[in-house]
Amino acid sequence: MYIAVKGGEAAIEASRSLLAAARRGDPAVRELEVAQIREQLGLMVDRVMAEASLYDPELAALALKQARGDAVEAIFLLRAYRTTLPLVAATEPVDTARMQVRRRVSAIFKDLPGGQLLGPTYDYTQRLLDFTLLDGSRSSPLPPTSATEAPSNMPHALDALRAEGLVEASAPSEGDPPPPDITREPPVYPLPRSARLQMLARADEGWVLGMAYATQRGYAHSHPFGGDIRYGTVAVEIVPDELGFPVAVGEIDVTECQMINQFEGSASVPPQFTCGYGLVYGHGERKAMAMSLVDRALRADEFGEDITAPVQQQEFVLPQGDSIEASGFVQHLKLPHYVTFESELQLIRKLREEFDQ
Amino acid sequence: MMQGYNFAYLDERSKRMIRRAILKAVAVPGHQVPFGSREMPLAYGWGTGGIQVTAAILGQHDVLKVIDQGSDDTTNAVNIRQFFARTAGVQTTERTREATVIQTRHRIPEAPLGEHQVLVYQVPQPEPLYKLEARRSETLKLHACEEYGLVNVKLYEDLAHWGRVETTYDYPVLVNRRYVMSPSPIPSFDNPKMHRMPALQLFGAGREKRIYAVPPYTEVKSLDFEDHPFQVEHSGHACALCGCTTSYLDEVLQAGGERLWTCSDTDWCREQQEAKEAANAR
Repeated sequence: MYIAVKGGEAAIEASRSLLAAARRGDPAVRELEVAQIREQLGLMVDRVMAEASLYDPELAALALKQARGDAVEAIFLLRAYRTTLPLVAATEPVDTARMQVRRRVSAIFKDLPGGQLLGPTYDYTQRLLDFTLLDGSRSSPLPPTSATEAPSNMPHALDALRAEGLVEASAPSEGDPPPPDITREPPVYPLPRSARLQMLARADEGWVLGMAYATQRGYAHSHPFGGDIRYGTVAVEIVPDELGFPVAVGEIDVTECQMINQFEGSASVPPQFTCGYGLVYGHGERKAMAMSLVDRALRADEFGEDITAPVQQQEFVLPQGDSIEASGFVQHLKLPHYVTFESELQLIRKLREEFDQ
Repeated sequence: MMQGYNFAYLDERSKRMIRRAILKAVAVPGHQVPFGSREMPLAYGWGTGGIQVTAAILGQHDVLKVIDQGSDDTTNAVNIRQFFARTAGVQTTERTREATVIQTRHRIPEAPLGEHQVLVYQVPQPEPLYKLEARRSETLKLHACEEYGLVNVKLYEDLAHWGRVETTYDYPVLVNRRYVMSPSPIPSFDNPKMHRMPALQLFGAGREKRIYAVPPYTEVKSLDFEDHPFQVEHSGHACALCGCTTSYLDEVLQAGGERLWTCSDTDWCREQQEAKEAANAR
């Protein structure tokens, strides 16, 4: 016989107290400040902002503190806050060629206008634990950084090839409809690329990474090259109705990736390189690169490519990539299901009776 | 040398395991031998397979050269060279002729290699059939049955469609008349250098956990058809720095839109320039 779980109110109160205590940890250890998270766990803050699609390092850090470092929970908190904000204006597209570049690498040319800028990266750290970081009080002096002025005008590595017509154009054609806002309009498949990119930008990094990796391992095979990967600050501009010209309202950090792939052409299009595109808030190279691989794979129908793998199917890749939706629905299985289960139980008992006879 | 770490980073048992895989690979040319790839302190896909092979064969008296895209001074090459200088304390060089072990990503040096040398390739994708059949459980059977119809059909389709094979790097080869093998993403320009090379060629794929090899003086044939023989295409330029017309060239984009063509093999380019200067001085 089933006995329903009762006394919910007291249990919830107790659970919240336990959670508060768990979040705080050992009270003998100094409490973590939001500013510390914002400044010293920056990549995590960036990921939370990117997948919550709200650019606010302070609140993302707060969400991480509250969520005990759980990225998906923090993204959830920030998204739930985002939904309460009114939409004031739509910005102009950010111009990443005018980015204050802190890092830019291109894998397709040995050297190129603007040069390669390694910037801060784990790529060449040889992943050895730095035990001196164990003792936070013993602050070792920071190594000097070369104080080069960040270039604010670095043409994209693909521009020269675009000028030759070897790479497809990146700007939308004249008369292209404005992109739908996927946070306000329900998706209708097939989605236009502008909506797909929005969904990928806030999709779970792990999911997008796995999908992208699959394309590299032969599922919907593509030949990608890292055309231009850059990280830095871009100006955000709006055009107020009363002015009629763009005005900068702030700056944000973004990571952009343009990946180029071979395309054999078709009856109407000459052979050329096609692009996959990725753009995320903050410093998120892994995500931006994975996003551009998946973006390209999702354009299979556009180029008449055989659809042979899940990563080429919008309806498989996009909705399942939303960690908040996924997390909620997977975890809803913790909720009571007595009624539905009881009905199943009755049925299976009946079937067993018949089976036994 | 670094304190607290074994010679060449890996412990001796791991190195022995890798050496066993290498021996098997040498015994069955072109066959992919699975091995217990270890986690390395460099990212997968950045040469962990090559690094493990290098670590397993490196001796104290070896002289190591590391190139990436033919160049000794690209970040990845510098990083791996520093890694072995730190963990093995071996002598390193940028000169092809001085090196006993050369770890490479995406190129075969222009200078001919000798019997005393080992060329270690970093391999991102050891399975030559993966673009045609993504499931490794299937490709294993295809190799076992010597069933390479898929590749031949792909080459045939390219010829029918384009009049040429649409593969410019990682061009599949048949090793010792038995196994179809990925030469790793070297340009097809380099494929003929593999044929009957006096140096031992070892291929390490860390992420995919495979090692394979081409022993010295082994037949390596780029796949083709009798009426469409394999051909190497040259860029048609001469190196702007050394004037070499036979080497593989990089296209360097310059401000103003001009393009400069230079040897991708930086050591070869240096040698050619020095030879030219010496000739001029005479």
